Amino acid sequence: MTITYIVRVENRPGVLTRVTEVFRRRAFNIESLTVGHTEMPGVSRMTIVVETDADAGRRMEAHLYKLVNVLHVDTVTEQPSVFRDLAMIKVAATPETRSQVMQLVDVFRARVIDVSPASMVIEITGTEDKIDGFVDVLRPYTVLEMARTGRLAMRRGVSEPAAAGGASAAADDVAAA
Amino acid sequence: MLTGAQIIWECLVGEGVEVVFGYPGGAILPTYDAMLDYPVRHILVRHEQGAVHMADGYARASGRVGVAIATSGPGATNMVTGIATAMMDSSPVVCITGQVASALIGSDAFQEIDITGITLPVTKHNYLVTKPEDIAPTIREAFYIARSGRPGPVLVDITKDAQQAACEYVWPPDPKLPGYRPTHTPRPDAIQQAIDLINRAERPVILAGHGVILSGATSIVRELVERAQIPVAMTLLGIGGFPASHPLNLGMMGMHGEAWVNTAIQEADLLLALGMRFDDRVTGKLSTYAAHARKIHVDIDPSEIGKIVKVDVALVGDVRDVLNRILPSVAPTDRSGWLGHIRSITGDCAVRDITNLPDSGHLYAAHVIQDLWRETIGNTVVVTDVGQHQMWEAQYYRHEEPRSLISSGGLGTMGFAVPAALGAKIARPDAEVWAVVGDGGFQMTMAELATIAQESVDINIAIIDNGYLGMVRQMQEFFYERRYAATPLANPDFCKLAEAFGLMSISVSKRADVIPAVQRARQHPGAVVIDFKVEQEDSVYPMVPFGGALQDMIRRPSPIAETGASG
Repeated sequence: MTITYIVRVENRPGVLTRVTEVFRRRAFNIESLTVGHTEMPGVSRMTIVVETDADAGRRMEAHLYKLVNVLHVDTVTEQPSVFRDLAMIKVAATPETRSQVMQLVDVFRARVIDVSPASMVIEITGTEDKIDGFVDVLRPYTVLEMARTGRLAMRRGVSEPAAAGGASAAADDVAAA
Repeated sequence: MLTGAQIIWECLVGEGVEVVFGYPGGAILPTYDAMLDYPVRHILVRHEQGAVHMADGYARASGRVGVAIATSGPGATNMVTGIATAMMDSSPVVCITGQVASALIGSDAFQEIDITGITLPVTKHNYLVTKPEDIAPTIREAFYIARSGRPGPVLVDITKDAQQAACEYVWPPDPKLPGYRPTHTPRPDAIQQAIDLINRAERPVILAGHGVILSGATSIVRELVERAQIPVAMTLLGIGGFPASHPLNLGMMGMHGEAWVNTAIQEADLLLALGMRFDDRVTGKLSTYAAHARKIHVDIDPSEIGKIVKVDVALVGDVRDVLNRILPSVAPTDRSGWLGHIRSITGDCAVRDITNLPDSGHLYAAHVIQDLWRETIGNTVVVTDVGQHQMWEAQYYRHEEPRSLISSGGLGTMGFAVPAALGAKIARPDAEVWAVVGDGGFQMTMAELATIAQESVDINIAIIDNGYLGMVRQMQEFFYERRYAATPLANPDFCKLAEAFGLMSISVSKRADVIPAVQRARQHPGAVVIDFKVEQEDSVYPMVPFGGALQDMIRRPSPIAETGASG
């Protein structure tokens, strides 16, 4: 199954390496990983997607908690959450095909952010499924280049526990599960 | 204003460090220069691996944090085996390494190595420090992390310019680490489930691991065992956590555990695992492991829960703390039927036991270990290396006290015993310390004999010398048709070697000479090396073949069927 972790870490040198090292060392393959700032100064947020089973997923949460610089781990796989991926897609588009591509851009609520004589760059935000679907319909026009952020995730509502308080309870959940 | 180097020693002294094990070099020289002004004993090792094993042995013998120091580059990389050994066995060690000046980092400077990168997977945590004002808080954090929760090694890499520069120094406040959760408290409903399972069990077995010793839980385990009449099986590193002479102590479990111990585990209806992690050497084939048993797992590390064996109840916390919560509700129970059954399945074990065979003129390692035990039991710490002798020691030396056996369990590091024994003796100068080591492992770190001589460390070294890499030879005998690839050893004369270091030596090849040699070594005021020339092709029995089920063990051939030399 696909498991999504939101991992809040202290923003210190080497923390990204420490986190990815745990996945490598325990033989997990990371499908996608994004890192960025959060609402709290000095705290970075990673969204990490892995393909594994539920037991191994819970153990990985416990492994992540063992890292000194990891503040909080939220496994949002089965929680009400929103997921978004952002892609920039460069597609071949001549004056003859440009308008057809623009129609597809409208249908998928994407945006054209650059146009040049033989190509255009499109920005699209959405779930991975939606972006995969968009790429499929663009393929006949020849996709020249694509860059994707990978999944960003956030729980819905105000259910996110505070960084320190929820931590040991979450670790006990791992054990009790 | 103090220099960074002085701050290092201020912090070490502040943490109560009395001795460090180390080896100097360019990038750590400012720290060595400052050392002369501080009341800390420095043990000059002959190889940095030895320094970490000594710090590890010091930590395991005393429960205090051991400290090792080395320079950058090869000094640091030489430490890696020692650090990994401490990591696998949860031993609190702080390693301090010099690093090239911060301006040179990333330039492939002379003796520059990315030791924090290299040791990432084998440390509990590590640090690179480039500014003198960061040294004190970092060292305090390092000690706190190393000894709290599940202990482990922490490495602090400090650049040469940070050691040389000066800044204001104050003893830092207690570390605040918002993401660090050393201990947990089990949930009340899980505690209740565990109590119910224990009270209802008809055939329970306690699996006692290293965590019993690390948490100081020996006396409460004993209370639980005696009240509920539950027999105890021990892991290798759990030995000493429960007295060997106790009638409810079954002995060591696993690959080379006795037949009745593994059979009891396989027939149990409840396993209560205390501070152990179901290592593959303990479980054998997982699909047949204790198939009828409910399992309660007590461990301080949540990531150990469900890692190897699915458990029914997980109690995440310190063993002693968890047992304190459980014990009041555990009912005194008569389990004489179960205990009688376990006694009955010992079968012909005693008949097969090599120590009960008539003297055939051969010197067996088991004889040496048993005689050593008879002579030295008391205030003695035995430090073993890795291989056949390690298993024989675990089988035939009966440990009564926690921290009286020190061994490399998880990593299985040959070369551990001699330096770790030195560290143990420094930690507990009043204890008698014996290193029991194979002829192979001894040669991996025998350079530390020079350290023993230079520092006048009074330990005794028993080399179980069979002229083979014995455990590997045994596997070749059983699984590779006796094709002894790269296992025969042509050894130096260990007695002459010891004498070259200025140490006393004794050579023993007959059983009658074992006890007199042990007695002479104990009376001698300095270190002694005894070369026990034992039977060359003896094997450790019983043995569960790798990946085999626990009940399918290979037994020592019965003396009735035996023809000539064992094997």
